[in-house]
Amino acid sequence: MDNTNTKYYYPYISPFDPCKPIVIKSYSTPPHLYMGFQPPNLPQFSTAREALFRGTLWPALYDTYPPEKAREE
Amino acid sequence: MWYYEKKLQYPVKVRECNPRLAKYLIEQYGGADGELSAALRYLNQRYTIPNKVVGLLNDIGTEEFAHLEMIATMVYKLTKDATPEQMKAAGLAADYANHDNALFYHNAAGSPWTATYIQAKGDPIADIYEDIAAEEKARATYQWIINLSDDPELNDSLKFLREREIVHSQRFREAAQILMDERDTKQYF
Repeated sequence: MDNTNTKYYYPYISPFDPCKPIVIKSYSTPPHLYMGFQPPNLPQFSTAREALFRGTLWPALYDTYPPEKAREE
Repeated sequence: MWYYEKKLQYPVKVRECNPRLAKYLIEQYGGADGELSAALRYLNQRYTIPNKVVGLLNDIGTEEFAHLEMIATMVYKLTKDATPEQMKAAGLAADYANHDNALFYHNAAGSPWTATYIQAKGDPIADIYEDIAAEEKARATYQWIINLSDDPELNDSLKFLREREIVHSQRFREAAQILMDERDTKQYF
Protein backbone atom coordinates (compact mmCIF):
# COMPACT_ATOMS: atom_id res chain seq x y z
CA MET A 1 0.00 0.00 0.00
CA ASP A 2 1.33 3.42 -0.95
CA ASN A 3 -0.40 5.36 1.82
CA THR A 4 -0.81 4.60 5.49
CA ASN A 5 -4.37 4.80 6.79
CA THR A 6 -3.41 6.20 10.16
CA LYS A 7 -1.41 9.37 10.73
CA TYR A 8 0.33 10.47 13.88
CA TYR A 9 1.26 13.85 15.30
CA TYR A 10 2.88 15.20 18.41
CA PRO A 11 0.65 17.83 20.00
CA TYR A 12 2.11 20.62 22.10
CA ILE A 13 2.36 19.62 25.76
CA SER A 14 2.43 22.33 28.38
CA PRO A 15 4.31 21.73 31.65
CA PHE A 16 1.05 22.74 33.34
CA ASP A 17 -1.33 20.30 31.61
CA PRO A 18 -3.36 18.69 34.40
CA CYS A 19 -4.22 15.43 32.61
CA LYS A 20 -1.46 12.94 31.84
CA PRO A 21 -0.33 13.96 28.34
CA ILE A 22 -0.91 11.76 25.33
CA VAL A 23 2.42 12.23 23.57
CA ILE A 24 1.39 10.90 20.17
CA LYS A 25 -2.09 11.36 18.77
CA SER A 26 -3.47 9.54 15.77
CA TYR A 27 -6.22 10.04 13.23
CA SER A 28 -7.67 8.08 10.33
CA THR A 29 -6.97 8.78 6.68
CA PRO A 30 -8.99 5.95 5.06
CA PRO A 31 -8.12 4.65 1.58
CA HIS A 32 -10.92 6.46 -0.27
CA LEU A 33 -9.18 9.79 0.43
CA TYR A 34 -6.40 8.77 -1.93
CA MET A 35 -8.48 7.08 -4.60
CA GLY A 36 -10.51 9.91 -6.12
CA PHE A 37 -12.96 8.46 -8.65
CA GLN A 38 -12.84 4.71 -8.21
CA PRO A 39 -11.02 3.05 -11.14
CA PRO A 40 -12.90 0.25 -12.95
CA ASN A 41 -12.17 -3.46 -12.52
CA LEU A 42 -10.50 -3.32 -9.12
CA PRO A 43 -9.75 -6.74 -7.64
CA GLN A 44 -12.57 -8.06 -5.45
CA PHE A 45 -12.67 -10.23 -2.35
CA SER A 46 -12.66 -13.88 -3.36
CA THR A 47 -15.90 -14.80 -1.55
CA ALA A 48 -19.23 -13.02 -1.24
CA ARG A 49 -19.19 -13.86 2.48
CA GLU A 50 -15.96 -11.96 3.00
CA ALA A 51 -17.24 -8.96 1.05
CA LEU A 52 -20.53 -8.92 2.98
CA PHE A 53 -18.84 -9.05 6.34
CA ARG A 54 -16.36 -6.32 5.47
CA GLY A 55 -18.92 -4.02 3.91
CA THR A 56 -17.13 -3.63 0.59
CA LEU A 57 -16.45 -5.67 -2.52
CA TRP A 58 -12.97 -4.25 -2.92
CA PRO A 59 -9.93 -4.77 -0.68
CA ALA A 60 -8.63 -1.41 -1.93
CA LEU A 61 -11.47 0.33 -0.08
CA TYR A 62 -11.29 -1.78 3.06
CA ASP A 63 -9.95 0.02 6.13
CA THR A 64 -9.37 -1.63 9.48
CA TYR A 65 -10.60 0.24 12.52
CA PRO A 66 -9.31 0.64 15.15
CA PRO A 67 -5.84 0.67 13.62
CA GLU A 68 -3.45 -2.05 14.64
CA LYS A 69 -1.69 -1.01 17.81
CA ALA A 70 1.14 1.33 17.06
CA ARG A 71 4.39 0.22 18.59
CA GLU A 72 5.03 1.95 21.91
CA GLU A 73 7.85 4.46 21.89
CA MET B 1 -5.83 37.14 22.53
CA TRP B 2 -6.60 39.55 19.76
CA TYR B 3 -5.57 43.05 18.81
CA TYR B 4 -8.25 45.21 17.29
CA GLU B 5 -7.76 47.57 14.37
CA LYS B 6 -10.50 50.13 14.22
CA LYS B 7 -11.11 49.83 10.48
CA LEU B 8 -12.83 47.40 8.15
CA GLN B 9 -10.91 44.76 6.21
CA TYR B 10 -12.38 46.20 2.99
CA PRO B 11 -14.38 49.43 2.64
CA VAL B 12 -18.16 49.24 2.81
CA LYS B 13 -20.17 51.78 0.86
CA VAL B 14 -23.94 51.73 0.66
CA ARG B 15 -25.66 53.88 -1.94
CA GLU B 16 -29.20 54.03 -0.59
CA CYS B 17 -31.44 53.21 2.36
CA ASN B 18 -32.63 49.72 1.43
CA PRO B 19 -34.01 47.62 4.31
CA ARG B 20 -35.11 44.89 1.92
CA LEU B 21 -31.51 44.21 0.92
CA ALA B 22 -30.58 44.14 4.62
CA LYS B 23 -33.22 41.45 5.09
CA TYR B 24 -31.37 39.25 2.58
CA LEU B 25 -27.88 40.19 3.75
CA ILE B 26 -28.63 39.14 7.31
CA GLU B 27 -28.28 35.57 6.00
CA GLN B 28 -24.51 36.08 6.03
CA TYR B 29 -24.70 37.53 9.55
CA GLY B 30 -26.69 34.93 11.50
CA GLY B 31 -27.36 32.23 8.89
CA ALA B 32 -26.11 28.64 8.81
CA ASP B 33 -23.34 29.44 6.32
CA GLY B 34 -22.77 32.98 7.54
CA GLU B 35 -19.69 34.65 8.94
CA LEU B 36 -20.63 34.09 12.60
CA SER B 37 -20.96 30.36 12.01
CA ALA B 38 -17.64 30.34 10.16
CA ALA B 39 -15.70 32.24 12.81
CA LEU B 40 -17.03 30.16 15.69
CA ARG B 41 -16.59 26.89 13.80
CA TYR B 42 -12.92 27.45 12.96
CA LEU B 43 -11.85 29.04 16.23
CA ASN B 44 -13.41 26.12 18.11
CA GLN B 45 -12.08 23.31 15.91
CA ARG B 46 -8.51 24.58 16.13
CA TYR B 47 -7.92 23.10 19.60
CA THR B 48 -8.20 19.48 18.53
CA ILE B 49 -6.64 19.52 15.06
CA PRO B 50 -3.04 18.49 14.24
CA ASN B 51 -0.43 21.19 14.88
CA LYS B 52 0.24 21.88 11.22
CA VAL B 53 -3.23 23.28 10.56
CA VAL B 54 -3.98 24.97 13.90
CA GLY B 55 -2.56 28.28 12.65
CA LEU B 56 -4.68 28.15 9.50
CA LEU B 57 -7.91 27.73 11.47
CA ASN B 58 -6.81 30.48 13.83
CA ASP B 59 -6.08 32.94 11.02
CA ILE B 60 -9.15 32.19 8.91
CA GLY B 61 -11.41 32.19 11.98
CA THR B 62 -10.07 35.60 12.88
CA GLU B 63 -10.64 36.89 9.34
CA GLU B 64 -14.23 35.65 9.48
CA PHE B 65 -14.84 38.06 12.36
CA ALA B 66 -13.53 40.86 10.15
CA HIS B 67 -16.07 39.75 7.51
CA LEU B 68 -18.82 39.62 10.13
CA GLU B 69 -18.03 43.21 10.96
CA MET B 70 -18.32 44.19 7.29
CA ILE B 71 -21.72 42.50 7.00
CA ALA B 72 -22.83 44.22 10.21
CA THR B 73 -21.77 47.56 8.76
CA MET B 74 -23.73 46.89 5.56
CA VAL B 75 -26.88 45.86 7.40
CA TYR B 76 -26.55 48.79 9.76
CA LYS B 77 -26.16 51.29 6.95
CA LEU B 78 -28.98 49.80 4.87
CA THR B 79 -31.43 50.18 7.75
CA LYS B 80 -30.06 53.17 9.65
CA ASP B 81 -32.83 55.72 10.17
CA ALA B 82 -35.30 53.63 8.20
CA THR B 83 -38.79 54.48 9.41
CA PRO B 84 -41.19 51.84 10.73
CA GLU B 85 -43.12 52.30 7.47
CA GLN B 86 -40.01 51.57 5.42
CA MET B 87 -39.22 48.53 7.58
CA LYS B 88 -42.77 47.29 7.13
CA ALA B 89 -42.62 47.81 3.38
CA ALA B 90 -39.41 45.75 3.27
CA GLY B 91 -41.07 42.83 5.05
CA LEU B 92 -39.23 43.62 8.29
CA ALA B 93 -42.22 44.50 10.46
CA ALA B 94 -41.75 41.43 12.67
CA ASP B 95 -38.04 42.19 12.96
CA TYR B 96 -38.83 45.80 13.88
CA ALA B 97 -41.35 44.70 16.50
CA ASN B 98 -38.67 42.63 18.22
CA HIS B 99 -35.48 44.64 17.68
CA ASP B 100 -36.30 48.16 16.47
CA ASN B 101 -33.44 48.80 14.02
CA ALA B 102 -30.92 46.76 16.03
CA LEU B 103 -28.98 43.96 14.39
CA PHE B 104 -29.57 40.42 15.52
CA TYR B 105 -28.09 37.01 14.69
CA HIS B 106 -30.78 35.39 12.58
CA ASN B 107 -31.05 34.26 9.00
CA ALA B 108 -32.97 35.86 6.14
CA ALA B 109 -36.10 33.97 7.18
CA GLY B 110 -35.83 35.17 10.79
CA SER B 111 -34.64 31.96 12.48
CA PRO B 112 -32.19 32.79 15.27
CA TRP B 113 -28.60 31.58 15.01
CA THR B 114 -28.02 28.19 16.62
CA ALA B 115 -24.90 26.19 17.45
CA THR B 116 -26.42 23.30 15.50
CA TYR B 117 -25.23 25.18 12.39
CA ILE B 118 -21.64 24.20 13.20
CA GLN B 119 -19.83 21.04 14.16
CA ALA B 120 -16.62 19.86 15.77
CA LYS B 121 -16.31 16.17 15.06
CA GLY B 122 -12.80 15.81 16.47
CA ASP B 123 -11.78 13.79 13.41
CA PRO B 124 -9.38 16.06 11.49
CA ILE B 125 -10.51 14.91 8.03
CA ALA B 126 -14.21 15.29 8.89
CA ASP B 127 -13.65 18.77 10.35
CA ILE B 128 -11.56 20.10 7.46
CA TYR B 129 -13.99 18.70 4.89
CA GLU B 130 -16.83 20.45 6.73
CA ASP B 131 -14.83 23.66 6.52
CA ILE B 132 -14.31 23.29 2.76
CA ALA B 133 -18.05 22.69 2.30
CA ALA B 134 -18.86 25.70 4.50
CA GLU B 135 -16.67 27.99 2.37
CA GLU B 136 -18.36 26.83 -0.84
CA LYS B 137 -21.80 27.34 0.71
CA ALA B 138 -20.83 30.83 1.85
CA ARG B 139 -19.52 31.60 -1.65
CA ALA B 140 -22.85 30.46 -3.12
CA THR B 141 -24.78 32.58 -0.62
CA TYR B 142 -22.77 35.64 -1.66
CA GLN B 143 -23.62 34.89 -5.29
CA TRP B 144 -27.34 34.74 -4.59
CA ILE B 145 -27.19 37.97 -2.57
CA ILE B 146 -25.25 39.71 -5.36
CA ASN B 147 -27.93 38.48 -7.78
CA LEU B 148 -30.62 40.03 -5.59
CA SER B 149 -28.78 43.31 -5.02
CA ASP B 150 -28.90 46.34 -7.29
CA ASP B 151 -26.45 48.42 -5.26
CA PRO B 152 -23.16 48.51 -7.23
CA GLU B 153 -21.07 49.84 -4.34
CA LEU B 154 -22.39 47.25 -1.93
CA ASN B 155 -21.82 44.56 -4.56
CA ASP B 156 -18.19 45.62 -4.79
CA SER B 157 -17.72 44.72 -1.12
CA LEU B 158 -19.72 41.50 -1.56
CA LYS B 159 -17.51 40.47 -4.48
CA PHE B 160 -14.47 40.93 -2.24
CA LEU B 161 -16.06 38.71 0.41
CA ARG B 162 -17.00 36.09 -2.19
CA GLU B 163 -13.40 36.00 -3.38
CA ARG B 164 -12.17 35.45 0.18
CA GLU B 165 -14.39 32.37 0.41
CA ILE B 166 -12.61 30.98 -2.65
CA VAL B 167 -9.20 31.61 -1.10
CA HIS B 168 -10.24 30.06 2.21
CA SER B 169 -11.60 26.99 0.47
CA GLN B 170 -8.28 26.58 -1.33
CA ARG B 171 -6.33 26.91 1.93
CA PHE B 172 -8.56 24.28 3.59
CA ARG B 173 -8.05 21.95 0.63
CA GLU B 174 -4.32 22.33 1.14
CA ALA B 175 -4.84 21.57 4.84
CA ALA B 176 -6.66 18.35 3.89
CA GLN B 177 -3.67 17.43 1.72
CA ILE B 178 -1.27 18.15 4.58
CA LEU B 179 -3.35 15.89 6.84
CA MET B 180 -3.15 13.12 4.23
CA ASP B 181 0.57 13.46 3.62
CA GLU B 182 2.96 11.03 5.26
CA ARG B 183 5.17 13.64 6.93
CA ASP B 184 4.37 12.90 10.55
CA THR B 185 3.69 9.23 10.16
CA LYS B 186 5.56 6.72 12.24
CA GLN B 187 6.70 4.34 9.54
CA TYR B 188 7.74 0.80 10.35
CA PHE B 189 9.57 -1.30 7.87
